[in-house]
Amino acid sequence: MKRTALRWATGVIALGLAAGLAACGEKPQVLTGVPKSDTAPYTGTGVSAFTAPGWQAGDATSWNSQLKARAQYGMNDHTRSP
Amino acid sequence: MARMKFIWDEERCMECNGCVTACKNEHEVPWGVNRRRVVTLNDGVPGEKSISVACMHCSDAPCMAVCPVNCFYRTDEGVVLHDKDVCIGCGYCSYACPFGAPQFPSQGTFGVRGKMDKCTFCAGGPEANGSQAEFEKYGRNRLAEGKLPACAEMCSTKALLAGDGDVVADIFRNRVVQRGKGAEVWGWGTAYGTKAGEGAKS
Repeated sequence: MKRTALRWATGVIALGLAAGLAACGEKPQVLTGVPKSDTAPYTGTGVSAFTAPGWQAGDATSWNSQLKARAQYGMNDHTRSP
Repeated sequence: MARMKFIWDEERCMECNGCVTACKNEHEVPWGVNRRRVVTLNDGVPGEKSISVACMHCSDAPCMAVCPVNCFYRTDEGVVLHDKDVCIGCGYCSYACPFGAPQFPSQGTFGVRGKMDKCTFCAGGPEANGSQAEFEKYGRNRLAEGKLPACAEMCSTKALLAGDGDVVADIFRNRVVQRGKGAEVWGWGTAYGTKAGEGAKS
């Protein structure tokens, strides 16, 4: 009887110590929520007032063509003068 | 997929600072923060050259390599962006960047260094495209509006070219052929890597 009580007491103390040690553990420090990707620009902004005309939002090919054309007529002055 | 690049044609720049003004106006960048600036080499000496400097969105970006909180990311278009919610303002990126692109607002209490700010190639940040949150942190997202960076589109002499790498390289190549000189592309080798003998200088 006395021996069983002693075993119980030892078990309770061991559990208490284990719980106490667990409190000393470090919190996980792994970065979460770091964006590794962004919404692709070809999806558009959904604000038609500021969107350049001539391409279809959501269509990557259309967006690519729009930017290439815009660079050509906006920056390539050799196409405008002989 | 387009790979976005800046090309600087030093033969054309007249140091008007239009690119700087366009950038500050478009993104409502605070006082003291210059995402783009014009640097003049040999100022006052005949033959001086002016260079408009901003983030070059490097292929192998040193800022990404040194950031201790990994706040940088690269989009599919090759634009190097960062998440201001993750940035701790340590300034490592500013020491690593060969172009001096990372900027830090100085209006904080006791001059404390705030979140890093830099050129986004007018591509915004991780927030929803065109959202108010994105604008307040990173400025306008012109790429998602089907436009090119404001600095290049506003450049009066078209010294600054921005857009798909193939297109802007082709425009620049045509200019060099037409005028017969000035094949050196400032910063190209540092930002994108250059094989020896290709004529680009860092």
